[in-house]
Amino acid sequence: MDDKLIIAGQEIRSRFFLGTGKFASYPLMRDAIVASAAHIITVALRRIDKQERQENILDYIPKDCLIMTNTSGARNADEAVRIARIARAAGCGNWIKIEIIPDNKYLLPDNAQTILATEILVKEDFIVMPYVNPDLADARRLSDAGAASIMPLGAPIGTNKGVCTRELIKILAQEIHLPIVVDAGIGRPSHAAEAMELGAAAVLVNTAVATAQDPVATAQAFSLAVKAGRIAFCAGMAMPKDRAEASSPLTGFFAITWKIHL
Amino acid sequence: MEDSFIKELSRFDSFDFPSFLKNVSRQDIERILLKETLNELDFLSLLSPSASEYLEPLAQRAQQYTLMHFGKVILLYAPLYISNYCNNECLYCGFKQSNQIIRRKLSVGEVEQEARQLAKSGIRHVLILTGESRKVSPLSYIKECVQAISQYFTSIGIEIYPLEESEYASIAFSGVDGLTIYQETYDRDLYSVLHLRGPKRDYQFRLDAPQRAASARMRQVNIGALLGLAEFRKEVFFVGLHGRWLQGLYPEIELGISFPRIQPQAGGFLCAHPLVDRELVQSLIAIRLFLPNVGLTISTRENSELRKNLIGLGVTRISAGSCTQVGGYALKEDGEGQFEIADKSSVEEVKKMIKQKGYLPLAKDWQAI
Repeated sequence: MDDKLIIAGQEIRSRFFLGTGKFASYPLMRDAIVASAAHIITVALRRIDKQERQENILDYIPKDCLIMTNTSGARNADEAVRIARIARAAGCGNWIKIEIIPDNKYLLPDNAQTILATEILVKEDFIVMPYVNPDLADARRLSDAGAASIMPLGAPIGTNKGVCTRELIKILAQEIHLPIVVDAGIGRPSHAAEAMELGAAAVLVNTAVATAQDPVATAQAFSLAVKAGRIAFCAGMAMPKDRAEASSPLTGFFAITWKIHL
Repeated sequence: MEDSFIKELSRFDSFDFPSFLKNVSRQDIERILLKETLNELDFLSLLSPSASEYLEPLAQRAQQYTLMHFGKVILLYAPLYISNYCNNECLYCGFKQSNQIIRRKLSVGEVEQEARQLAKSGIRHVLILTGESRKVSPLSYIKECVQAISQYFTSIGIEIYPLEESEYASIAFSGVDGLTIYQETYDRDLYSVLHLRGPKRDYQFRLDAPQRAASARMRQVNIGALLGLAEFRKEVFFVGLHGRWLQGLYPEIELGISFPRIQPQAGGFLCAHPLVDRELVQSLIAIRLFLPNVGLTISTRENSELRKNLIGLGVTRISAGSCTQVGGYALKEDGEGQFEIADKSSVEEVKKMIKQKGYLPLAKDWQAI
């Protein structure tokens, strides 16, 4: 089966995206990236220091990865746009994850400002992946604005609570003709598999990998879970049912009876 | 101001703190340990003598919250003192007006030299400090300094005399992204005893400063009490309440809380309520459990060994390679510092210590936009 993930015309090798915050060291982060075989790696511009010679985060991201800068710290569209422009000017490419968070307590995004920033940055030829609260009308607006994918949250950032927004994610996956990348809140490989089974095109994880006891093994486990979830989705899994259903139908004998009568 | 934290404080005017703290039971602490969200009295309970018997399970929880919100990362910063002239008479402070110390105000060129030296050591987040003299260190001078050093740092904070809201807005526009201001003590009567003369005697103007800065869209606001001036349990409680109140009104700010513990300094002030390490740890943990997503700062007032041990407990930001005297980095001046530094480690040594602890020392976590 041809099941490639294409975003903005580019084939993405892995449906598991990895964030780079919160790791205990850069070598550990690099090992986790390698173990997971992730292709898209997100880095906050606020963490990128071009002047740092000894320990520059960018030196620890394998060269064959695609770096997507995020606008962490932006409180409104204007700040997100400025961060995106600085990132591109600093040589970080034009893939940008818009993250606009006007609430540092819950770290929930501002969809209205995100739509505004998407409209501006798309016109400036950025490949825009907006991080949003899962909302169908807003996802359509982002799609109309030219977003390359939609990144709805599973649960608030860093909470590891899983796909708390599952019904909304399912609707987005069914209705929006863009890759849906579930971002934030994914705490376990089983959560990642669940998101993929719902029809997500990819999953982005950071905290759950970076703060695990063994981030490298955890990254690998997530990567495998994402693959399993995708295969299950493509295989057309049976719907869950409230009651048991025998594998051998109880009324199967009717067919035999009919044959006899014929 | 229309809405001031002073109203929140007044809710506790007749609250019997000693009796409440004494009556917190072990069962209360065990119940709080099972809760996901703490209310203000749960928080106060965590500052009680009974809670100190549960320091280990509380520390485990604090570590869990810190990992969730900040990961295994410690942000570094350093202070840059540019003037020690002061119009206030704060009994505990080395810079107080009556202290016979060498007064010095750096020229903008000298400030740049200091900045260059500090940046060479690997520092990218800097905190500009002055004594509280508007006359000697007016806002225009501070802005000039900010402009001169902005090429060396990606984040510039200020710890200066309290400003009006429009002034905070204007200094934020000039490139400052953080404010640090400590109330010193939330006890009004004690405040007036400790601050004998000068504009700092105005308790409420200082109390409302973090709010004015937040209202002026300052990105990072850092508050605290100078621990040791008053009984710590009540002080830390009010710091936490102040933080939660600010977060509620201004959810977009990155709130930070510091734990400056009073150290000996020029002037021979005797600390009335000294805190032992265990009490400092209890304070830090209680704040972390009450405000899980707030940045917590420990400066070089504390020694290297204690700072190392505090890292796993919830601290997210520490100063490194600090000098608290004006002209202490490049100009190598000998004057009196604001307080005595207990951790004299270099930036490299602090980085090494953080790594040994299994954390990532981070020089840059903001990009001026």
